[in-house]
Amino acid sequence: MDIKTYIESGILELYVAGVLSEKENQEVYGMMMEHPEILQEVLEIESAAIKLTSAAAPATNRSKIFQAVKDHLGLSKSGKVVSITKPKYNWITYTGWAAAIILGLGLMWFANENRQLESDIKISNTQIDLLETQIELSKTSLEEANTLISVLRDENITQVPLAGQGHFSSTYAKVYWDKTSNRIFLDAQGLPEPPQGTVYQVWSLKLSPLTPTSLGTIDDFISDENKIFEIENTNESEAFGITLEPAGGSETPTMEQLYTLGVVKS
Amino acid sequence: MDLDFLVVQFQKKDEKAFESLYNMYSESMHGVIFNIVRDHAIAEEVMQDVFIKAWHKADTYSSSKGRFFTWILNIARNAAIDKTRSKAFKKSKQNLDSDFFVDIIATGESLDQKTDAIGIKKFVDKLAEKCKSVIELLYFRGYTQTEASEALNMPVGTIKTRNRNCIKELRNLVLN
Repeated sequence: MDIKTYIESGILELYVAGVLSEKENQEVYGMMMEHPEILQEVLEIESAAIKLTSAAAPATNRSKIFQAVKDHLGLSKSGKVVSITKPKYNWITYTGWAAAIILGLGLMWFANENRQLESDIKISNTQIDLLETQIELSKTSLEEANTLISVLRDENITQVPLAGQGHFSSTYAKVYWDKTSNRIFLDAQGLPEPPQGTVYQVWSLKLSPLTPTSLGTIDDFISDENKIFEIENTNESEAFGITLEPAGGSETPTMEQLYTLGVVKS
Repeated sequence: MDLDFLVVQFQKKDEKAFESLYNMYSESMHGVIFNIVRDHAIAEEVMQDVFIKAWHKADTYSSSKGRFFTWILNIARNAAIDKTRSKAFKKSKQNLDSDFFVDIIATGESLDQKTDAIGIKKFVDKLAEKCKSVIELLYFRGYTQTEASEALNMPVGTIKTRNRNCIKELRNLVLN
């Protein structure tokens, strides 16, 4: 159907007036959905009809009537709408904020706790390192002690007591000579700490003629705890002596500073 | 706001949408109702009934059956006409049939500060008698074409085209 003819037929005016049959209403609705110009026409007719009918309305405050309608339907009054819905809104809001704050505080607490634990772990790791070092040291000490014990018990070890000489008669030392492995263990517990700038030097001696051979200086005398020193000795020693020498040691022993001396028993 | 959306919200019992629709159509409905009952107190009473009914019947409306304006217009006309048929009403009011909506507009009772007042007044003044009766019957009273053609002793086709021309004239005056 031609749209213009359809519009001009006057059916749309009847449609807006609400005087068509149900079937006709359906048809107009279909046309309206299909053709925007028909919908536009309907809107204009409706607008004119509203203005015309409104012109016949008494001049009065119609919001009063609406309030009566709402009262009758039990709908909220405009004043009460706020007071009823507001607490509901606030309750949700407050709960939400409270939850957010609790969560926030919780996270902060966790973060702090985590930092604390990380710090504790670091401290613990340091302590573990320290303890491991101590265990390592203890093991070393134990090994040393065991070695010493084995040396002391060994039949093949020759014990040579070194007696204090002259001014140093109150001092003493002892040499444990392991000939099979060409080494001596010097127990220097009975010697005083050497003065600053001096060092004990150990000598292997041949007696006839008297020939001293240096076995080296004891540079770590003060720091060594048990004062037992392992020294290599490949000589056919007949006696051992200890002198005090200037730091770095001397070519020949300074006899005035001979602290201890002992002869190897054959 | 979009009318379709308002209507959907209204059907979901949204009070704000209800109020918006009331503001859009209450004056028009008041005009239709008052034209039928011709009594301020009774018209307000019918107004209340109409919008209470609209609220309860909201879910029966469907845009495929007609315009929302038309839907509520039908409720208003029927409620007002029902009122005029009640015994109490018949006793107090006589000879209503001779009065057309044009009388109300012409006497200027309702035309206070309305912007369209001048256009409507002009329209009513100019309106041919044949337009007055057709519009009265179709819009204010909800007569079908056939009923109107019988009442006015006019062929059905003439009712349709005359109404079209009368409304066209109205549109020229109030919309342009």
